[in-house]
Amino acid sequence: MRKNLGKVWGAAAITLAVTLALAGCSKTTPSTTTAPPAPAPSTTAAPTTTAAPTTTGAPTSSAAPLTILFGSSGDAETNAIKAAAAAWTAKSGIPVTVTPATNMDQELAQGFASGKPADVFYISPGALAANADAGNLWAYGDMLPNKADFYPALVADYTYKGKFYAAPKDYGTLQLIINDDLWSKAGLTAADYPKTWDDLHNVAKKLTSGNVTGLVIGGQYERLGAFMVANGSNLMSVDQTKVTATDQSNVDALNFAKSMLADGSMKFAADISTGWGGEAFIKQLCAMTIEGNWISGAMKADAPNVKFTVVPMPASPTTGKQGTLEFSNGWGIAADSPNQQGALSLVEFLTTTEQQIAFAKAFGPTPSLQSGTAQFNSEFPAMKPFADGVAYAQGVPTIKGASTVLGDLNNQLAQLAKSDPAAILASTQTELQALLG
Amino acid sequence: MAMAPARRTTRGGIRKGEALSGWILSAPVLIALFVFLFLPILMTAWVSVSDYNGHGSPLSGKFSFVGADNYVAITSGGGLQEKIFGWSLRNTLWYVVLVVPIVTALSLFLAVIVNGRVLRGRGFFRTAFYFPSVTSSVAIIALWMFLFNASGVVNKMLSWIGIHGPVWFNDPQGIFTALLSGLGLKEAPAALANHGFLGVSWWSWIGGPSWAMTALMLQAIFCTSGTFMLLFIAGLQNLSPEVDEAAIVDGATAWQRFWHVTLPQLKPVLFTVVTLGIIGAWQMFDQVFSSTKGGPGNTTYTLAYRAYSASMIDGYWGQGMAVAFILFGIIILFTILQRFWLRDRPDMPRPPKKTKGVVPS
Repeated sequence: MRKNLGKVWGAAAITLAVTLALAGCSKTTPSTTTAPPAPAPSTTAAPTTTAAPTTTGAPTSSAAPLTILFGSSGDAETNAIKAAAAAWTAKSGIPVTVTPATNMDQELAQGFASGKPADVFYISPGALAANADAGNLWAYGDMLPNKADFYPALVADYTYKGKFYAAPKDYGTLQLIINDDLWSKAGLTAADYPKTWDDLHNVAKKLTSGNVTGLVIGGQYERLGAFMVANGSNLMSVDQTKVTATDQSNVDALNFAKSMLADGSMKFAADISTGWGGEAFIKQLCAMTIEGNWISGAMKADAPNVKFTVVPMPASPTTGKQGTLEFSNGWGIAADSPNQQGALSLVEFLTTTEQQIAFAKAFGPTPSLQSGTAQFNSEFPAMKPFADGVAYAQGVPTIKGASTVLGDLNNQLAQLAKSDPAAILASTQTELQALLG
Repeated sequence: MAMAPARRTTRGGIRKGEALSGWILSAPVLIALFVFLFLPILMTAWVSVSDYNGHGSPLSGKFSFVGADNYVAITSGGGLQEKIFGWSLRNTLWYVVLVVPIVTALSLFLAVIVNGRVLRGRGFFRTAFYFPSVTSSVAIIALWMFLFNASGVVNKMLSWIGIHGPVWFNDPQGIFTALLSGLGLKEAPAALANHGFLGVSWWSWIGGPSWAMTALMLQAIFCTSGTFMLLFIAGLQNLSPEVDEAAIVDGATAWQRFWHVTLPQLKPVLFTVVTLGIIGAWQMFDQVFSSTKGGPGNTTYTLAYRAYSASMIDGYWGQGMAVAFILFGIIILFTILQRFWLRDRPDMPRPPKKTKGVVPS
């Protein structure tokens, strides 16, 4: 009898375990159950869990605490974000948890799939389209009071199918970085800073000697694209509705790069066994490179004694204009956040001019607001070309699947020295066209 | 074991309720298997035929059945997705074809040496060979990146014997292509270059693993042979020395004894090692994830990494899970095939022809 009782208990325990396991698997808990009643008037009844309409409609509002998920470059960035979040909490009374991600893309995807994503997170333009299509993002851009103050090129990065999804947080543009010692050793002065592509080619030839190459850049679209923009084109139109990869201007731009590869005045970083242009520059294997403002951090850490100057990108001989690529990061807000109103207020706080200048001082990003640039330039005069470059910069294609196409393009560009630029661009044209459908 | 089978079916007496107890006692394992094995497989199967986009649960009812669309997208149409899937399949295939036999042979070799009675300090060597297996493969990959740097230790050592080493992790050229171009065949024959399968030309299919992949393969061989050596040692120690001694009495040489006496007896262990090796090789993921992420020139994409990158990075969840499911099918198929090849054939101990059919006393 006792034995039977044990069995009954055992059976009960197992039934309970099964039930718990299954309950754990199913997604039945609505996200609003934990949130206290909404103080703000905007909520009617709708929680934010439905798929399609979340990107528009009234934001959710509650006193729910917020989380920030971000890919941190290091302690300086983490601490700066923590300090900013604490300052906002003191103002709003809403607690904020700040979580640096170890694998940003993956942790973000897991959050979206689980239905409980971070409320506020870094989002790159490359991740925008897929997440916007999936209904993961709340398109709050038009509600930002300082919307008109963001640089138009950056707003374009975060605008998808006509909706402005996320506030740009910062940006970096590619500029020409010059090693001062190698420059003067080659008998060159500040008057010789290249103004055009021909100048660039000439000084690169002069600077090439021994194991030093004149110009070393990453053999990828994310660097070579700057020449395409200067030549008046890019892989896609600015609004990303038209593929323009096979434009003759793009072919010419790559042919110019190929001509520099041909006489050895330019080499790709991988071909001299370095990971990126910055590494070659740090090791003084090249006198010039084309990189963004992130190189200053690397120089400070790895080559504090190497003196360098940042000069604006040289202009194309055909258009007479400068061109560069711009890389930005933004603040995304989850469509599934139970407290979008609070998240929006937090993002507004994080993107104010004062806060962006504070971030710039703490870990160096360039403010995304036009009103912040003057102060940034006076604060960091050496970085001025990076900040000013946004006026003539374009972003890289960000439509869904574009990153794979760019990866394929980069595979081919790595072999540019012995390939036909027109053929490379033709395959990219086809692949991007396939994404537009 | 000794129980009469008929007793099991009786429902009364002292055996009453045994079946229930059996179910209850095995329930934790069954539940764990269901929740952590069958459920994920079923979910993967569902996602691979749905338009799931990563927002919320795949079972939430918001996603619809799209048939074989995801499978069609990665296996036809000439697009980029097909091309990367083709490269992933090609790379993984080369990886399996080269890593599994080498690891099996090497670990058997090490086991025989370490198990030999002549070797002094066996314990030391056993530990030394096993050591890479207990070290995190991510840590070893970090070390590998240094060793195989273009100006790194490996190329330095190659230069001592007059070989100009490749740019390992940045070189997409296949090792057989490199060999052929060294022999003078620099351009692909048009028949091979212009035709292909899954968006990859035949020339690329037969080109062999790239230098980058070769470096990763060496790392896998370095890391896993220790584990398999341990299995072989266990197998070797189970063999009775009498059989070996009988062979010595019969005048068999050392090589004959190994090939005709020891190896056939090790067949169960060999089966285990080859099965684990094949499964592990097809699932190759962490080395790529922590080093090359698919590059250079798509040559280190593996199926497992592609399943991850297509879904987590690119947002093509359905296609990523389709890759995962195809990988699942491939592994099952290979395991069955290899079971078939290594099965115990009735004539396996090769009795002399004249005694065939005679029951040995």
